[in-house]
Parts: sequence; structure tokens; C-alpha cells
Amino acid sequence: MPVELRPAPFDALAEVKRYQESLGAAGKFGATCVFIGKMRDFNEGEEIRDMTLEHYPGMTEKHLDEICRQAKGQWRALDILVLHRVGRIEISDDIVLIAAWSAHRGDAMDATRFIIEDLKHKAPFWKKETVKNGERWVEKNTSGYSTRPAPPDKNKN
Amino acid sequence: MSIKVKFFARMREELGRAEDAMEHAAGLKVSDVWREMSGGREMPDSLLVAINMEHVKGDPELKDGDEVAFFPPVTGG
Repeated sequence: MPVELRPAPFDALAEVKRYQESLGAAGKFGATCVFIGKMRDFNEGEEIRDMTLEHYPGMTEKHLDEICRQAKGQWRALDILVLHRVGRIEISDDIVLIAAWSAHRGDAMDATRFIIEDLKHKAPFWKKETVKNGERWVEKNTSGYSTRPAPPDKNKN
Repeated sequence: MSIKVKFFARMREELGRAEDAMEHAAGLKVSDVWREMSGGREMPDSLLVAINMEHVKGDPELKDGDEVAFFPPVTGG
């Protein structure tokens, strides 16, 4: 269940393939769920040039380990891989990779969703973007994992 | 007792340092550390606190050797 912080760019899809082959578990899993978060060139109405990701050495790794342990306790995941960039990030770089392997798709998908939502809500990372007129901290947070359906569309009867 | 203090992201920039330390008699709380370290600033509502790398809520009392970190809402992923 590796969790790694990467200061250098990585190819998330190649990492999934490499790790899956290293598992030596062919036939044991029927589902691989992969989430890849990438660096956009726009955010909140502004063009973004690049970004720096700060973290809390020690706590960040500890928190990601704990999220993965929780996911494994809650869903039948055979294995989980989490990679997250730190430092300077360029447009279209892969920022985060979450992959979960399971016998069945539901467990793989739910574990992946839980990990990325909890990571975004609680893991100690902070983004600072370079925009046209300087730098700015990203302030928006997300509310964590929820399986609640979207509220009804008020325009429909 | 001695406490190690860390600041991240906007807090680090606003307070002008990434870490600090303080010596104090027993009974020190998180809010006391913030007041001392920030020069009496009001604690922002959105401020997050970790003790020994675990998120904490409220205003817990500290013990000798604790590491306290102050940081804004997280934005990873």
C-alpha cells in the first residue's frame, strides 16, 4: 500500500501499469480504479502559469497512510497506490494518483473516491498559483467524501 | 516545558517564519501559543491546528516536547 510524495514529475498511467505488474496478483483482482488529478491552466477565472505545492513533511505522509488504512478497513481493496507531487508543478503535470485494486468494481471505486475526497479535505497540502499579476494561495476547500445524491433540479417537476 | 511551533503556507508568510520554539510553565494551551507567536493577533476562524502531526479541535493543553503547527485550510489533490 505505497504512499509517496514526488518532487519530480511522474507519468501516472505508467506508474499504475508498473505497480500493477509488480503486484503479481493476476487473477485475484477484477477491478482497477484510477483517479488522476492534473494541473489545469485556469482556475477561478484566471489563467494559471504554474504552481507550487507546499506540504508538512511527516504529517502529510502520516495522514495519507491513515486514509489508506481507513479505506482498506471499509472496502475490500486488495491494494492501494497513492502518489502526490510536491514542489513546483507545471501545466498538465500529473498532481495526484490514487489507484485501488479489488475483486469487484464497487469496492475499488468507493475506496478511490473516499481517498481523494478525504485527501482534498484534510491532507496538509497547500497550493500557490502563479497568475499574470503575481502569486496567490488557493483558498477553496472541499467538504470531503459524501455519497449523498445531488439535490433535485428545481426546474423539473 | 518546551514547545516546538511550525507555520505553513499563508501563516508562514504572514508571521515571517516557518518554525519557532517557546519555553513556558505547565498549563500552556494552543491559544496561548498562537497569541505569543503571532504577537497578539486574533486567531483566524479558518485556522487549522495540529499537535504532533494530528489534527486537533478546540483549545487543548500542551505537554512538554509537543510540536504545534498552525496552517490555513488545505488545498491538495
